[in-house]
Amino acid sequence: MTEVRSRARALVDSPALTYRQRVAALAALAEETLDPPPVSAEAAAALARGLVDDLAEGHAPYRPRYLLPDYARALAQGSSFLDLAPPRDLHEAVGFLLAMYSQVPSITGYPVYLGDVDTLLEPFAASVDDATLRDVLRLMWVVIDRSLPDAFTHANLGPDDTRVGRTVLALERDLLQTVPNLTLRVDPDRTPDGLLLDAVATVFACGKPHFVNHPMMCADLGESYGVVSCYNSLKVGGGSHTLVRLNLAESVRGHAGGVEDWLDTTLPRDVELTAEVMRARITSLVEQSRFFEHSWLAQEGLVSLDRFAAMFGIYGLAEAVNTLVERGGGTERYGLDAEATALGWRVVETVAALVADTPLPYCDGNGGRAFLHSQSGIDSDVGVTAGTRIPIGEEPPLAEHLLAVAPNHRHFASGVSDIVHFDDTVTRNPQAVVDVIRGGLATGMRDVTFNLDSNDFIRITGYLVRKSDLARLAETGVSRHGSDVLAAGSVANSHVTDRVVKRVISSESAPRAAR
Amino acid sequence: MSPPRGLLADVVPFSWVDGPGNRFVAFLQGCNLDCLACHNPHTMPRSTPRAREVGVADLLAQVRPLAAFLSGVTVSGGEATLQAPFVAAWFEALRDDPATAALTRYIDSNGCATDEVWDLLLPLADGVMLDLKALDVAVHVALTGSGNDRVLTSLERLAREDKLVEVRLLVVPGINDGEDGLRRTGDYLATHAPGVPVTVIGFRPHGVRAAARDIPEPTPEERARYAAWVAAGVGPDLVRVV
Repeated sequence: MTEVRSRARALVDSPALTYRQRVAALAALAEETLDPPPVSAEAAAALARGLVDDLAEGHAPYRPRYLLPDYARALAQGSSFLDLAPPRDLHEAVGFLLAMYSQVPSITGYPVYLGDVDTLLEPFAASVDDATLRDVLRLMWVVIDRSLPDAFTHANLGPDDTRVGRTVLALERDLLQTVPNLTLRVDPDRTPDGLLLDAVATVFACGKPHFVNHPMMCADLGESYGVVSCYNSLKVGGGSHTLVRLNLAESVRGHAGGVEDWLDTTLPRDVELTAEVMRARITSLVEQSRFFEHSWLAQEGLVSLDRFAAMFGIYGLAEAVNTLVERGGGTERYGLDAEATALGWRVVETVAALVADTPLPYCDGNGGRAFLHSQSGIDSDVGVTAGTRIPIGEEPPLAEHLLAVAPNHRHFASGVSDIVHFDDTVTRNPQAVVDVIRGGLATGMRDVTFNLDSNDFIRITGYLVRKSDLARLAETGVSRHGSDVLAAGSVANSHVTDRVVKRVISSESAPRAAR
Repeated sequence: MSPPRGLLADVVPFSWVDGPGNRFVAFLQGCNLDCLACHNPHTMPRSTPRAREVGVADLLAQVRPLAAFLSGVTVSGGEATLQAPFVAAWFEALRDDPATAALTRYIDSNGCATDEVWDLLLPLADGVMLDLKALDVAVHVALTGSGNDRVLTSLERLAREDKLVEVRLLVVPGINDGEDGLRRTGDYLATHAPGVPVTVIGFRPHGVRAAARDIPEPTPEERARYAAWVAAGVGPDLVRVV
């Protein structure tokens, strides 16, 4: 208790925390004094050595990690909890949503999902002129960034071309905010090139949006899905109780033999240990803290337990594969050499089959199983690559990169993000980026995310921060955005700023045979 | 007759500086001009151990898995039209393969090609991007070692047949950067290639031969001035400067 008291004192006295960050840290400390959901000694040991990681979700789950309220239903029926009638015009609709966002929990303390803002607001936009629409959405966007200062807060657009969607993209280019994170859902048959070009211009300005494969998502999750936080795709009106991740690199380190033996024995055991931790957490949330019985969102039908599942994350695929190859006497590397890359595909396929065969409680949103997720890393990861990505700094040229990672994507219904880095010359040819997006989706990629050298924005594990905000944090020790603090850790630990630029050799500027 | 084989300097699977959208570019070995300012002088010799022979099927196979990501292909060089039978065979194969049929097929050329060559290539090509090194013969000779008769004939024909998609002017300080010459070039293009986009490229010493390394790189202001002189003829909307 003395230790807890001294940590509480340190938080209370810290000069580096805003009021809200201080409250959140104190709440987490209080939660830590409770016993974590009980697991076997073997699972506890797996957590302790970092084989299984619960992402510090806390000892006593009292809200789902990710929650996607059905905002369309809320707008249609009004809310007794919020004491708001169904909105009648654009101003009321935006006010309704902003009020509702403030009452939506998630693991970060802020809502990770803001809804399909274009679909939600387009009907209300019909009766206002362009200038009014822009003014109202500008206020909405500024209030979101200032009152929900967390880059995991995520809005969705598309797949159809709308006035609201176009206005949001224009505002993004103008405001240059890190919040909200933004996804454009792309359907080859519904999303026109004009909208994609507008979105690409927005990427050039601020690194957003992220692009997802709408038909593929619909096939896995149904029409009503959303992309939240760092590219977690889940059902609207549902969400994910928890995200627990398995460190594949650590799994291989803890195994003495070769590939076949690891796939047959150690990997299945480690998948089961991860699932055990998930079961304990889910049961605690649903049966002990009884979130779905007391939350206003559940009571008003805006989320329902049967649309929930949990997320089974994996990371460190690159190191796992490279270690296995080295043990077999090889030097091939994941993402660079065909055989090693193919071994990576096989590992993912094996994990996917194991997870699909592992029942979990209260996961009716996915047939009683977890959604597989390629987990995009956290700030404290050192020496282990996010998800199924190719290690930062080693990425091959763009064409090879995309062909190497695309086959993994079909397995990750709840998201996978491979970040593609472009140099500035592409800004003169935005159609080239549209081509890459369309090609990625056509070849089975679930999503495509870009980083561009020339703007102030950088993708860390999946969320965005401004380089200038990081510099200010380094200087003053204080940031309004909680995610900036995580990002500073990521930059220090994993060299994300070294991500290899996809420098396409130019017939006008580079010697071609120099490679 | 066995299918023609090409002599290849290199390929770039994804390029966004060789025509519209994302393009697969094949750089063919060998050139018929001897340009002082060439930034890829190793592609000039007709034969070199650095180049490799390639068959039509092989080069087609390199494009197929990437087709979904591409707007098209571009054949560049060197001077691609020197290997016209190979280019024609490759374009034909791309056209006839369902996986690549939707891709546009562009040629990046210095324009030194005969009518027979264009007769062969144009039915298979969607567009040509042409370099015009200089409008004045003497300047053209100084820059390239040859006159520009054939270049101008090609340019005018391509424009007439609606195949000219871009004219590129590489401006080298002290050689072809004079106001009078660039204004006349603008007027010439306005007359003979109306509506065709023009890219004004400032000389860069990167990669050039020793003889050209001391030529200064034009400042952004100078490049803007070159563009303005050309634009006086063709109109500002058609001129881009890089």
